[in-house]
Amino acid sequence: MRTARKILGYQLRDIARNRWVIAYAVVLLALTEALFRLGGDGSRVVLSLLNLVLILVPLVALMFGTLYLYNAREFIELLLAQPVGRGSMFAGLWGGLVLPLAGALIVGVGTPFLFHAGEALVSFRSLAMLLVTGTLLTSAFTALAFLLALRFEDKARGFGAALLVWLACAVLYDGVVLLVATVFADHPLETPLLVLTVLNPLDLGRVLLLLDLDVAVLLGYTGAVFRNFLGTALGLGVATAALIAWTAVPLMLGARRFARKDF
Amino acid sequence: MTPGTPAIRAEGLTKRFGRHEVLKGIDLSIPAGRITGLVGPNAAGKSTFIKAVLGLVHPDRGTLSVLGKNVNGDERYRHRLGYMPQSASFPANLTGTEVLAMVRDLRGATTEQDTSLVAQFRLEPELVKPVRNLSGGTRQKLSVLVAFLFRPELLILDEPTAGLDPIASGIFKEKLAEARDRGATVLLASHTLSELEEVADDIVFLLDGRVRFHGTIEALQRLTGFARLERAVAALMREGAPE
Repeated sequence: MRTARKILGYQLRDIARNRWVIAYAVVLLALTEALFRLGGDGSRVVLSLLNLVLILVPLVALMFGTLYLYNAREFIELLLAQPVGRGSMFAGLWGGLVLPLAGALIVGVGTPFLFHAGEALVSFRSLAMLLVTGTLLTSAFTALAFLLALRFEDKARGFGAALLVWLACAVLYDGVVLLVATVFADHPLETPLLVLTVLNPLDLGRVLLLLDLDVAVLLGYTGAVFRNFLGTALGLGVATAALIAWTAVPLMLGARRFARKDF
Repeated sequence: MTPGTPAIRAEGLTKRFGRHEVLKGIDLSIPAGRITGLVGPNAAGKSTFIKAVLGLVHPDRGTLSVLGKNVNGDERYRHRLGYMPQSASFPANLTGTEVLAMVRDLRGATTEQDTSLVAQFRLEPELVKPVRNLSGGTRQKLSVLVAFLFRPELLILDEPTAGLDPIASGIFKEKLAEARDRGATVLLASHTLSELEEVADDIVFLLDGRVRFHGTIEALQRLTGFARLERAVAALMREGAPE
């Protein structure tokens, strides 16, 4: 654990100075500020940011995560030639990536809210929920990115697979859910749809945010099932636990691959 | 490690990547306290063997011990190793000083370190710059510094002088001799045979995943009838291999 913390510390210093991470924070800051200036109060800004976070955060986490692991290969070799265990190395690398990305999200989105705290109706609870969900999505999709980068030796294939995962989660999955709902309209669908929602981390993020914001009209089919079937409190608990599992399972699989990998 | 124990001992070491068998049963015993040059054509298995010694590659079969310890996933033996890869890659946004602090920190090094190369390579003003702003040669010098920093018992160097200018290369060779004089073992993979001729005591020649020759440079010269190492190795390649 101590070694993992040390690696994390140095990775943090490196990645926090990475120009793409800084650009990510600046873009989020500019977009959030723009939404405030376009006349939204705090709650409306949170709602507008919701889709942005759901689409952009997984995309950035997947792209940055895969590229990062491929580009760091020689450096990983150098560190593994030191008396460093592979488990510590993997944990340190992942933590050192998640923290700066989550930090960029929190700073980028949070700063304009602090500036406008006095003048607008800002729901800090909703903002906190948005940032927590964004952080959970960052954790889950960077873990998936690491798993993909370890699964595919070839950088182009790994990068392609990461894009495909994002496309499937953000775009195609809703279509599949809708198709299932239409085709099996005569059957009780609550349980299958709940399972389908849990199988997509991005959907889980959406359910988590919308249940908390209580925006029934935006919940969509899976969200509505989640709320009606589990109730708001239990729904929030299940969605959070499932999203954490989406970090833990790919991370465990990734760590196993990392331990066996030939560098 | 008891006296007389080889620094590296491999028995029947095999490694396959997909259909390609890279190491086909390496039997090798590298003596301690000597500089051994590892040569062979591309894809002969040099890098894979080096990576197996470092624990970066898991052999399929065979046994491998380094400094008297079996390489079995326990990373502690690497406290006694110094490694310089073919192309040095450090986190781009850290400074040279931070890179050195990181390696020091990860090794938990408390003993006195050998920083003489900082002055010899004139690295002082470069160490405050982020790695991304350093030239290829300066990164290579940083890599040499990291390899020698902890006065390791075993130095593993993969094409170390590829990016070094003649002055730095000279300093590096003096450093190698100094390491041997204090009892360290050096395994040096290189295509620059004139350089090996200058520094190495022994030569290991790998061809097609097997050891085809292991002995002193003089023995190789006698065997092939060529005085120059370059010609002697070329003769081994052409003749394909006396054991």
